[in-house]
Amino acid sequence: MPEPEPQPHPQPPRYDPLEPGDGEAIAPTGQGGQMDLALDEAESLERVIPPGPGNPREKARSLWSDAWHQLRRNPVFVLSSLLIVFLVLIAIWPSLIASGDPLQCDLAHSQEGSAPGHPFGYDTQGCDVYTRTVYGARASITVGVCATLGAALLGAFLGGLAGFFGSWGDALLSRVADIFFGIPVVLGGLVFLSVVTSDTVWPVVGFIVLLGWPQIARIGRGSVITAKQNDYVQAARALGASNARMLLRHVAPNAVAPVIVVATIALGTYIALEATLSFLGVGLRPPTVSWGIDISNAAPQIRNAPHMLLWPAGALSLTVLAFIMLGDAVRDALDPKLR
Amino acid sequence: MLLEVRDLHVEFTTRDGVAKAVNGVTYAVDEGQTLAVLGESGSGKSVTAQAVMGILDVPPGRITGGEILFQGKDLLRMKEEERRRIRGAGMAMIFQDALSALNPVLTVGAQLGEMFTVHRGMSRKDARAKAVELMDRVKIPAARQRVGDYPHQFSGGMRQRIMIAMALALEPSLIIADEPTTALDVTVQAQVMDLLAELQRELNMGLILITHDLGVVADVADKIAVMYAGRIVEAAPVHEIYKAPAHPYTRGLLDSIPRLDQKGQELYAIKGLPPSLLAIPSGCAFNPRCPMAQPVCRGTVPPLYQVTESPVPRTSACHFWKECLHAHA
Repeated sequence: MPEPEPQPHPQPPRYDPLEPGDGEAIAPTGQGGQMDLALDEAESLERVIPPGPGNPREKARSLWSDAWHQLRRNPVFVLSSLLIVFLVLIAIWPSLIASGDPLQCDLAHSQEGSAPGHPFGYDTQGCDVYTRTVYGARASITVGVCATLGAALLGAFLGGLAGFFGSWGDALLSRVADIFFGIPVVLGGLVFLSVVTSDTVWPVVGFIVLLGWPQIARIGRGSVITAKQNDYVQAARALGASNARMLLRHVAPNAVAPVIVVATIALGTYIALEATLSFLGVGLRPPTVSWGIDISNAAPQIRNAPHMLLWPAGALSLTVLAFIMLGDAVRDALDPKLR
Repeated sequence: MLLEVRDLHVEFTTRDGVAKAVNGVTYAVDEGQTLAVLGESGSGKSVTAQAVMGILDVPPGRITGGEILFQGKDLLRMKEEERRRIRGAGMAMIFQDALSALNPVLTVGAQLGEMFTVHRGMSRKDARAKAVELMDRVKIPAARQRVGDYPHQFSGGMRQRIMIAMALALEPSLIIADEPTTALDVTVQAQVMDLLAELQRELNMGLILITHDLGVVADVADKIAVMYAGRIVEAAPVHEIYKAPAHPYTRGLLDSIPRLDQKGQELYAIKGLPPSLLAIPSGCAFNPRCPMAQPVCRGTVPPLYQVTESPVPRTSACHFWKECLHAHA
């Protein structure tokens, strides 16, 4: 295919509107003859670097690929994601690193310190603290991931629609979100969760989603409002795009970054919230193994046997830290202003 | 007539009151014709265009009167879905700043191809081939290699070409170009204007060119409509208006163009500021700034006077259009 040559700029005969006959009336506003040199130069400059397969510029660089490029070189991101991968692995297959059974306890060893084969020692019930700490990851990660997914999807969906369509639906949603914001987390948890009798993690997940979605909805709403004011959304509309297409293809991809960031950071706090609720006795309950429960049981014995508290609490802190660090790194990478 | 706007009124509800952005605008464009709409910021030229395209933000905007006839049918009476089908296929718009008018997360090929997948139901592959074809048409070098690039990888002029390609994709019969060259530097401005004019001739489209650059207008427009405070104050064939304006505001605009023979002298400027749309002066809206103002200008809104009937009607909304015409001649 012959490469299309940019046409030599055809000069229309210059029409001088003010003083016909006198050649020098209006200063050139871009149609002047002497501009052609610069113009050809601009064209050739553009063509000096032919974008070919070997040219690195050809590699498409969008917001996402830029962000990924930056993330890979960010030690905070690498460290936190390695830690998270490890935590997720042991949450799925705890027997990989712990051979014991967290529910098999021997009261004879109650509150004993570390012993061969039991590096973290025993708790009050004589259970192996190491095994329980490893098995506790499953509950925390399940609650954290499920609650975050639920809150993010619900919040982004409602917030996105409210921000895009505005008017009374937006007003209604914002007020409803305010109501949920007004519920104190711990008090709400004590009231709501004390009436459920299920032994699974789902009531806790549901409660966290219920209190967590307004935060995501607010962020999502705000960023959709910002994105929909962009000219390209107007342009898409002017070229006949429907509401659904504008929202899904033009607004959503440009508004999703803040939601991802907030959700990642929220994941850490949700894990901590699960531990808090379990500590208070309204979250997960035995026989589910959870860091929150273990911390709760260990707390009264902190002076006799600090190791019982130290290990599950340390694991919890490390997990929360890993997710918050990940969220931080993602935020830095997705915010072009911080680059 | 391809497009006729008749006595259009648009208001915006703001915290400080109702802003009357468009107050009875009437204009018409035929196929193959270029109408230049000229005016300062806030004169209502873009709002009129948005009302025609149907992309006015409602609320706060509101069309309070008038009709917009496109190929004989009143757009304001149509259902939204019907109007949406016309947008893109029947009429399209070129925006001022192509960088912000192109979606940063989609490749230009995807955005161009979208026109065909949405309106024509084409497959992605066919749409991509069409996108390359379009990029060739607007003379983007190496279109085949660049179709997968993102908007920010193009220069300003090239981006504006892509914007034009998007507007032309479905060969609409009307194009509204809202200051298409304002964001470009002068050397590229000329190229883009030429391209637009050439494609317009080729496809025999009607073109509404919204601008405040008189230099651009002179070369490409057939008719000019000058807007002030939401009204058309003068409408005329392009060369007549340059020869002898029939409204003091048009004259002020023409006198404000820098001229080489006045080098070193102070540039002429129309004194005062454009009126606030919340409180448009009574009578002729231009009267507080007009060098020819008389008491009657404060009292009565000037009607549209017929300056010449034929071959093309020329109108002026000035009580003293005769004096103005003669003062310049």
